[in-house]
Amino acid sequence: MKSAVITFPGSNCDRDMDVALKKFGFKNKMVWHQDVELPKSDLIVLPGGFSYGDYLRCGSMASKSKIMQSVINFANSGGMVMGICNGFQILVEAGLVPGVLLRNKYLEFICKNVFVKISDKDNAYFKNIKNNVLELHIAHNEGNYFCTNDQLKEIEDNSQVAINYCNNEGKIEQPFNPNGSIKNIAGIFNKKKNVLGMMPHPERMIDSSLSGEDGSLFFKNLLNNIK
Amino acid sequence: MIVNEKIAIDHGLNKDEYKKICELLKRTPNITELGIYSAMWNEHCSYKSSRLHLKKLPTKGKQVIQGPGENAGVIDIGDNDAIVFKIESHNHPSFIEPYQGAATGVGGIMRDVFTMGARPIANLNSIHFGSSQHKKTKNLLRGVVHGIGGYGNCMGVPTIAGQTSFDSSYNGNILVNAMTLGLVKKDKIFYSKAAGLNKPVIYVGSKTGRDGIHGASMASASFDDKIEEKKPTVQVGDPFTEKLLLEACLELMAGDSIIAIQDMGAAGLTSSSIEMASKGNLGIEINLNKVPCRETNMTPYEIMLSESQERMLIVLENGKEEQAKKIFDKWSLDFAVIGKTTKSKKIELFFDSEKVADIPVNTLVENSPMYDRKWKKAKLPKKNKINKDDINNLKIIEVLKKILANPNICSKEWIWQQYDHTVMGDTIQKPGGDSGVVRVHGSNKAVAASVDSSAVYCWAHPLTGGKQVVCESFRNLISVGAKPVAITNCLNFGSPENEENMGEFVECVQGIGEASSYLKFPVVSGNVSFYNQTKDQGIKPTPSIGGVGLIKDYTKMITMDFKEIDNVVLVIGKTEGHIDQSLFARVVLDEKNGPPPEINLFNEKNNGETLLKLIDTNLIKSAHDVSLGGIITAVSKMCIKSNKGINLKKPKYLISEIEYFFAEDQGRYIIEISKKDQKKVIDILNKNAVHYDELGTINENMLFLNEKTKVTIDELKEFNTKWLKEYMSN
Repeated sequence: MKSAVITFPGSNCDRDMDVALKKFGFKNKMVWHQDVELPKSDLIVLPGGFSYGDYLRCGSMASKSKIMQSVINFANSGGMVMGICNGFQILVEAGLVPGVLLRNKYLEFICKNVFVKISDKDNAYFKNIKNNVLELHIAHNEGNYFCTNDQLKEIEDNSQVAINYCNNEGKIEQPFNPNGSIKNIAGIFNKKKNVLGMMPHPERMIDSSLSGEDGSLFFKNLLNNIK
Repeated sequence: MIVNEKIAIDHGLNKDEYKKICELLKRTPNITELGIYSAMWNEHCSYKSSRLHLKKLPTKGKQVIQGPGENAGVIDIGDNDAIVFKIESHNHPSFIEPYQGAATGVGGIMRDVFTMGARPIANLNSIHFGSSQHKKTKNLLRGVVHGIGGYGNCMGVPTIAGQTSFDSSYNGNILVNAMTLGLVKKDKIFYSKAAGLNKPVIYVGSKTGRDGIHGASMASASFDDKIEEKKPTVQVGDPFTEKLLLEACLELMAGDSIIAIQDMGAAGLTSSSIEMASKGNLGIEINLNKVPCRETNMTPYEIMLSESQERMLIVLENGKEEQAKKIFDKWSLDFAVIGKTTKSKKIELFFDSEKVADIPVNTLVENSPMYDRKWKKAKLPKKNKINKDDINNLKIIEVLKKILANPNICSKEWIWQQYDHTVMGDTIQKPGGDSGVVRVHGSNKAVAASVDSSAVYCWAHPLTGGKQVVCESFRNLISVGAKPVAITNCLNFGSPENEENMGEFVECVQGIGEASSYLKFPVVSGNVSFYNQTKDQGIKPTPSIGGVGLIKDYTKMITMDFKEIDNVVLVIGKTEGHIDQSLFARVVLDEKNGPPPEINLFNEKNNGETLLKLIDTNLIKSAHDVSLGGIITAVSKMCIKSNKGINLKKPKYLISEIEYFFAEDQGRYIIEISKKDQKKVIDILNKNAVHYDELGTINENMLFLNEKTKVTIDELKEFNTKWLKEYMSN
């Protein structure tokens, strides 16, 4: 299975994503933001980091970089595009997924493990995954997901919510919401569910010496789904 | 402007120094030249008060590749891998402008590390604030934490450990010390020594602005009532540009075009160009019109003294300019050939076709002043007579709760949760343990790092305190299963012109030297920060020690959380009941006098090395060193981390329970072992003449004391975690 990770100026989880994808069997290529064409891929990943320093608005400048037109075309033709953290912010700014990401409710960067409940398994990302709850890691300053009531209704009607912050038992409640996201939303899809944006970093949870191993479950499942 | 003595004094030089400059030049310097001298001769850059004493530190060792004198120290960790590391202060700017001061401190130290060709793999910091009651403390703490996070997070380098303390002696002078570790191949280390004639001198990175002019001079003076006016001397950080600069430099370094490279830190273009020339015994000629400037009409004086961040100076091989420029163009960074190396051994500056400075390099470096300042030896304070009846009436659990909630002991989660500590995917021990640990990417090795200081001990008796900090760093590394390799030190003191402050410096350095020499734990890099002083009030002497250790097989790393119910808990090292200068004495007895705990270097080494042996033979389940708050505080933290309890019992000793549990005797560790290994462990301890006491066994979730009193771990946790969060949310 082929994947490609885009490096924007200021991306800093691009290597981590490369390591993770390769570990679980993807043939991964790194793509520079000023390239025009994407390599032939089954999955495109927009990694975490601080593209363009998060100056202006997180993800907004990166969403206008050269390669993004190809990413948008790829997504519109049904290709799988996943944005993690800053990658999610870029997807939002590019209009590939609905909503916006505001500054965290307590105005502070948060780096910690969280639990997320998989809210929809009828998609190529989470199909067949055994667990309903994953322990993942977040590290962000602007992960407070927000959208209008109309958008929210549409998102929910189409079951576009991918994951919600919850406790270890899968309870989606306010105390387990780390950043103030509306409805504890941690990740969402586009309408066709080929584009996924999420704040948690599965690539930081890929072996038992790290913060945990639930990221491994995610990547193994993802690879099997794409095969 | 005609330079005279008064202008020289305004630049922080004294009369004799100005006279010496005129003699060395055999004429009166012009304003640009005076600025250059003042920048090179200030305390921060010249180490004029400290050089004499720093020379005495042990700096060599089997694993030392590069000791002090370069941008950072370098140690060998085997397999052609090396670790580059250094700690540096950014105290003065952080008090004036906490966010930018702290941020640029982090940016500066990372540049020191990647200048040598190493990719930064971990950041640490040691930050010290005034009393929590002081009106400025909260905002300074918030600003500093946001600044450290803002810069390190954006760079994508994990912040893996740190230290925070509160003490009223920092009310007017906070301390912000930042440390970075980088990973490099041993045969790809870059140095700052220029070589060869007519080689192009290249400027890369951000443009030069008017920020930070005289930053180094500001950091070489005490504060007064007008410090707010010094805001323009604080640099402004741009971590995004630094991330680009990092990637561009590493890309260029992969080739073979660089002869020498030096970051522009304190005193900017001045010190970077002069250091390269001085080390290479060459001259440098610069055309200042070629320097990329952010603002219009900048004068040679401003260009030379600006401390704008994210800039590097490179001496390149001839003919490699185009190839190098391509890399910096790719990363959208300025690249300019601004001069060349010459045989003149002078720094020659041109601006608008005029020569604006002409200074022999040696007059700035070798001939810079060096002072043997007067200093006063500190006496060892007399032991306090503690009224045993008073302390024996205290309820241990109540005292414990108070100590766990003390600002200097409580959980610092509020701080380190704001630092990305997991980016790069190799952090295997997060903040909150004895050391932070990161894997050497793609290998079985890991590097542990810790940063420590004990200002109270150093204040009570500098010689003992100096030794203690090194020992504590040694213990923190051993507690995670790392073999201590080398240290970097950041020496924060008051004014060297005050005999007592100078004495504190001299004796702390002596203590550091003695301990690091005995423990074979050499000093490979460091920095001195004097004048942490407002008017006549200096800070408590605060040497920060950044220790680095190696774990050959990272699966053998130890953490401090208790692992299994019914396992046995021992304390290694002897408890004499030393209460003077302990947290207990200060917090509970309100007693500030007396000597700090004694240091026995033989025991430190023997206890530590024996524990490493036990760890290596897989006999240790968890370990934690005993420091502030004594045995019961250490044990409680291990309980809190694991949500497990302990049946704690004081062994039969002549000292009282309170003394046993809260004493801060040195050289001790708490260890957890399984029952079946107990005999084996005790045999090894006995064979190595290591004293130990059995403390008890692990239970589900209670701390039982002598089967009489108990408290739930949840309650202890509550006391330990709530103070800082509540303090910062009010």
